[in-house]
Amino acid sequence: MKINSPLEAYKYLPGTNCGKCGEQTCMAFAARLIDRSKKLTDCTPMLEEKFSKKLRELHVLLAPEVREVVVGVGEKAVKIGGDDVLYRHRLTFFNPTAFAYDVWDTMPENELTERVRKIQDFKKFYVGDFLKLDMVAVRCISNDPKKFADAVKKVIETTDMPLILCSFDPEVLRAGLDVAKDKNPLLYAANKDNWQQVADIAIEYDVPVTLFSPDDLDTLKSLAMTFASMGTEKLVLDPGTFPAGKDLKKTFTNFLKIRRAGVEGDKDIAYPIMAVPLTAWMVHDDAVSASYWETVIASIFTIKYGDVMIMHSIEPYALLPQLHIRDTIYTDPRKPVSVQPAMYKIGNPDRDSPVLVTTNFALTYYTVESDLASSKIDCYLWAIDTDGIGVEAAVAGGQLTAAKIKKGIEDSGFNLKNDTTHNTIVLPGLAARLQGDVEDETGSRVMIGPADSGRLPGWMEKNWPPKAE
Amino acid sequence: MTKKTKLTDITNLFKDFDIEALEGVTIEGDIELNITGGGGLNPALAYALGQEISHISLHMANIGRILGYPVDQLFSQALGMGTAGALSPVGEMAATKARVQELLAAKFEVASATNWNNPIQEVTLGATSSNGGSRKNTITLGGENALPYYFDAEMPHRNYVTMDVFDMPIGMAKAVKSNYDDVMNDPAEWAKKVVKKFNADMVTIHLISTDPLIKDTSARDAAKVVEDVLQAVDVPIVIGGSGNPQKDPEVLEKAAEAAAGERVLLASASLNLDYERIAKAAINNGHVVLSWTQLEINAQKELNRKLMKQCNVPRDSIIMDPTTAALGYGLDYAYSNMERIRLAGLMGDDELTFPMSSGTTNAWGAREAWMVSSPQTQDSEWGPREYRGPIWEIITGLALSLAGNDMFMMMHPASVQVLKEITQTLYGSIESKTVDITNWIGAEV
Repeated sequence: MKINSPLEAYKYLPGTNCGKCGEQTCMAFAARLIDRSKKLTDCTPMLEEKFSKKLRELHVLLAPEVREVVVGVGEKAVKIGGDDVLYRHRLTFFNPTAFAYDVWDTMPENELTERVRKIQDFKKFYVGDFLKLDMVAVRCISNDPKKFADAVKKVIETTDMPLILCSFDPEVLRAGLDVAKDKNPLLYAANKDNWQQVADIAIEYDVPVTLFSPDDLDTLKSLAMTFASMGTEKLVLDPGTFPAGKDLKKTFTNFLKIRRAGVEGDKDIAYPIMAVPLTAWMVHDDAVSASYWETVIASIFTIKYGDVMIMHSIEPYALLPQLHIRDTIYTDPRKPVSVQPAMYKIGNPDRDSPVLVTTNFALTYYTVESDLASSKIDCYLWAIDTDGIGVEAAVAGGQLTAAKIKKGIEDSGFNLKNDTTHNTIVLPGLAARLQGDVEDETGSRVMIGPADSGRLPGWMEKNWPPKAE
Repeated sequence: MTKKTKLTDITNLFKDFDIEALEGVTIEGDIELNITGGGGLNPALAYALGQEISHISLHMANIGRILGYPVDQLFSQALGMGTAGALSPVGEMAATKARVQELLAAKFEVASATNWNNPIQEVTLGATSSNGGSRKNTITLGGENALPYYFDAEMPHRNYVTMDVFDMPIGMAKAVKSNYDDVMNDPAEWAKKVVKKFNADMVTIHLISTDPLIKDTSARDAAKVVEDVLQAVDVPIVIGGSGNPQKDPEVLEKAAEAAAGERVLLASASLNLDYERIAKAAINNGHVVLSWTQLEINAQKELNRKLMKQCNVPRDSIIMDPTTAALGYGLDYAYSNMERIRLAGLMGDDELTFPMSSGTTNAWGAREAWMVSSPQTQDSEWGPREYRGPIWEIITGLALSLAGNDMFMMMHPASVQVLKEITQTLYGSIESKTVDITNWIGAEV
């Protein structure tokens, strides 16, 4: 965006502190506009006629440097691009990289639908939610428009995930679009040979389109300017993903250059960027090497500015790290690192229920909590104040000590002797070395739980209730 | 005041220029355009002007949309475009009125970073016989003038990997352990194996048995293990304590003496132990100090400052470990912490201009790396863990390499091999046949 202080946005607001946006003051709302946690349209008074000029002006000032492009329709539609910064700690990165996995039009029908279902259904629980894949890319290998259209049709019948239609033949793209025209798919791709026809199709159907210019940023920019002049800014840029050696380094450089130019104000090139880690499969013969290398390339371009990408491997050992690195990079760094230090009840604990201790590092706490809750273990769980540091590091760094544990339990008004039948504390396995100290400090019995809370159910079965001494 | 302008006036105004596009022209204020057509209208100019007008109407339409007005319906009615909202009005106008025949000429340009003026300190590990040591080679880290692998400035040194060796058998993930079963009881053999077989650039000997809660091995005995490792391999080494803040200063002092002159990395000095003793042990024996803090840039500044000002550690003898959290377990903090540290250094903060080291092995703490299957019943299948573990370590390290990390402490041979290959690819030293990707869509994979 063109402004970076709340004061600059405030000038355009009504200044009445009416509170309709949910903020106490217009200045507070201005701050939320600058950190992009509220939208201009949340200020309903601004929509009145008398503010229309200011609304227009502020809207332009607040627009993200990199354009946002929507692919797909309905709940599963993805928005890509929209970034304002080159480093996540300067604000946050918006719109997580959309992950597409390929199918192709020469696949037998049953294999195609099975693969689409796998892509659609893959999920991984993480901090209260599921990590999932986003899109299906349909590749035309047959060069036959009809075959391609049939494959696209089959995919649409199987899933409502957004699509990428992949062919360099305009007739093939048109055939696919005829089937998918209500789905707002992303076209892939226009290049320097077919651009006129692809532009006609993209504009006619009003769908987003990818511009492909391998390792030639002049032509890429030229394509983007030409498409914009023809009337569409729903563009995605693919500077080519070369899978190995110095060509891969060049690809890396191209991504850096495009995004830097875009964020620094070159509107002609400020569009979402596509990476195609799938090209790893063109250099590696065995599936494990190819999946590994593909995941490595996907990770590089998730971190450095890829907004949408096409992959091939759907092996869990490829998907899990891909999903997690995306979450890593797109997690809002402004969100708190820690949870409130306190006693938390999991399920419906009673006097016989175990008392467990962990840290108030948000990730640790939510992991332990979800492991306990999903296994239906009723218990008391203490988040001890470790300044938001995880168990192992907090034991090493002195933020998790016997005294801190004692204080944490006492502060919540809980008395182990009176409030439990067992007077026992279960420490995390990674805090085993504190056992003696905690016993001395609290006068309670201390048991050592597993090093990973995922193993608590098995541990409980074996060790709980504790045997009388 | 409103000024009336006819298209022919504009054409006349520009007739001596060869106009391709109306770049940088904005039309402000009240506009009244009298378009009569014909009349010697330069087609390129007409097109460019049409483009500008279309853009204005696009912006206006967008604002209308923000205001909640059904813009698309209006356009589709006005322009007689069948189904409501299916077509972009501006696109339709442009496409029908002027089909572009040539790509607009463009030159892509981007500036180099202007505020990275402060180079990262170079630090050399290991000493050869000419410098009073017995290592076959030395390793130099740091010296960067830009973020890693960036085009703004050449990266002077590649990334290096030091592989973990422990002074006693320890619990580790099955996929890791199977590589070390035969050497687990002999740190010297273990060190040889990681250098000869797994291509480690360096070796880290972790003296964990010295922890009073583990075996309480004496500092003197631990120093003997260091001597054995120095005998067994001729690469530079890192010496790690047990992490016990009371015992570590003594253990590292004795180890530093045993390795005098070899320019090892002593791991580590931290704010929760007597860092002054570690610093002195390094200075007296010609070693380098690892300055370890926990995901806190200000603590890192404080410790570095204390090492330099209070303990007089030379700038060329400090490496930082700002802490590595595993992928999925706080890597977001670790990544941004390192990136902030490196950017601050490049932009002039001399308390942060040191090379960085990552305990990438921490990735193995993630359950995704070692558990047979997910403890969450709703998860999709996790697949074979022997493939999950190494990639977890690779991606953890790779992310931090992009944040500015120079040296990686690692554990699994496959992870080491892939991480070295990708970091050296980005560094620019890996040759490979060019792959023709112009028609990747049709590739049979």
